[in-house]
Amino acid sequence: MKFLKNTFDKIRPNFEKGGKLFFLHSTFDAFETFFFVPGHTTHGKVHVRDGIDMKRTMITVVVAMLPALLFGMWNVGYQHFLALGQESSLINNFLFGLWQTLPIIVVSYGVGLGIEFAFCQVKGHSVNEGFLVTGLLIPLVLPPTIPLWMVALGTAFAVIIGKEVFGGSGMNLLNPALTARVFLFFAYPAYMSGEFLSNGNAVWFAGNRADLADGVSGATSLGQLATGTTPTYSALDMFLGLEKGSIGETSVAAILIGALILIITGIGSWKIMSSVFVGGFVMGSIFNMIGGTAYLDFPAYEHLLVGGFAFGAVYMATDPVSAAQTEKGKIIYGLLIGMLTVLIRVSNPAYPEGMMMAILLMNVFAPLIDYFVVESNKKRRLKRATV
Amino acid sequence: MENLISIGVRSIFIDNMIFAYFLGMCSYLAVSKKVSTAIGLGAAVIFVLGITIPLNWLVYNYFLKPGAMSWTGIDALANVDLSFIGLIIYISVIAAFVQLTEMAVEKISPALYAALGIFLPLIAVNCSILGGALFMIGRPYNLAEATTFGIGSGIGWFLAVVALAAIREKLKYSNVPAPLRGLGITFIIVGLMSFGFLSFMGFSI
Repeated sequence: MKFLKNTFDKIRPNFEKGGKLFFLHSTFDAFETFFFVPGHTTHGKVHVRDGIDMKRTMITVVVAMLPALLFGMWNVGYQHFLALGQESSLINNFLFGLWQTLPIIVVSYGVGLGIEFAFCQVKGHSVNEGFLVTGLLIPLVLPPTIPLWMVALGTAFAVIIGKEVFGGSGMNLLNPALTARVFLFFAYPAYMSGEFLSNGNAVWFAGNRADLADGVSGATSLGQLATGTTPTYSALDMFLGLEKGSIGETSVAAILIGALILIITGIGSWKIMSSVFVGGFVMGSIFNMIGGTAYLDFPAYEHLLVGGFAFGAVYMATDPVSAAQTEKGKIIYGLLIGMLTVLIRVSNPAYPEGMMMAILLMNVFAPLIDYFVVESNKKRRLKRATV
Repeated sequence: MENLISIGVRSIFIDNMIFAYFLGMCSYLAVSKKVSTAIGLGAAVIFVLGITIPLNWLVYNYFLKPGAMSWTGIDALANVDLSFIGLIIYISVIAAFVQLTEMAVEKISPALYAALGIFLPLIAVNCSILGGALFMIGRPYNLAEATTFGIGSGIGWFLAVVALAAIREKLKYSNVPAPLRGLGITFIIVGLMSFGFLSFMGFSI
């Protein structure tokens, strides 16, 4: 630590105003504050000081994502060996998954942070921590078989068009990780359904189709539902996450641990999370009452377990930037996401998974919800004032 | 009834005038800086679309369509096909109706007239209005369906313009790069918004 501190102190003059590396000052600042508590003091007006800053907020979210990530890595290996019909140990599964997942994470962080740093240098403001979360969310919502150049392309699109053109973290309209996913989904639909490898083999797994054991289908539960068959996974499997899907989204159990961390630390909004689940359940129950097809009869509670529902509700919908900001607005926003997700799943054959589209659509309408909540508050207060 | 609901939902969300057809973009981009004015213009568009589309439906089905004038009972008119002047007739109907409404609103409710201001006459040249009329001709709608389609398209346009206005009001707090400020970032926002509206594409109703 001491050595690090000395190094920073020694090279600092180069980055200060007038130094020869001044153009890199925000990069230096980012690394310095990454290792040490910043020595900045507030000047001017009175501030409420708190231990929590942007870095700590973001790192808490990253910690909350770890259970889903670790489980996802193991599951990639588990599903791979299951499909091959081979026995495999816990550690073997995990290592295989790590080997598949790590490159995606590295590419996502590398490309995203590279662009972010470049923008900060040019615009001369300090590097923001927002990408720490986005950079991990992107790999978690992608299928493990995705080619790495697509990860890079999607990340670049999300960071530049989704975020930097609005002025960087905290000012974007849509959730950047979802922007990346939706961009890739519409640009390369075949790859995003998780059926293709970079070499064109039509298998879900990192392997050759010929190696697949008989009777193992490559479809996810939602993929099966979309074709009108009842899913082969049990509700318990879906809860624990022993099914196929994007890396981080399969295990509801792991996601709930993350949700608990977010709620206890007060970083994720429990109002949004719970109202998304309520909205999904209500809509699912309505469809159950109508009944008729495999999708309409799909139990409402299983809607909450399958696919990316829990993942979206906990990590995506709660993004404080793109969600509604008012307290009443958060509940409306969450309810609408839940209802829309189930609606899209059931009545839109083009998308077996509705979560990402529902969140994106509500991201678009979140400012409008806020506007009307604020206006109604104003009206109520005016009435109180005149009485 | 189910058919009407389906047409209504389709025209609001799936075949949204802005995000599916990119119609009415000029006033959409120009009058979306404040939510309150966007609501005014949006309401005016719903009103005008809701009236002119059934009006044009009547004009087309009783005057312009090949053989439409057989109801007059005059043999010379029975086989006349006037559909080639359709475009001129529709736009005249729209312009005349907008003028009429403007005068009526001015007389009856000066407050509403002041609130709508320039938007009301502007609507006559909003391409989503003429676009709606032409879509209606191209599809085999009856009068009730045409009215639903008109009102639905209006609501879709209303939603789109109000949402964009709310986003642009929020954008005041963003630090948009100087070259993109104003219309540039608005184009990008509309593109990102249509990402969201893609969720309705392919709905089976």
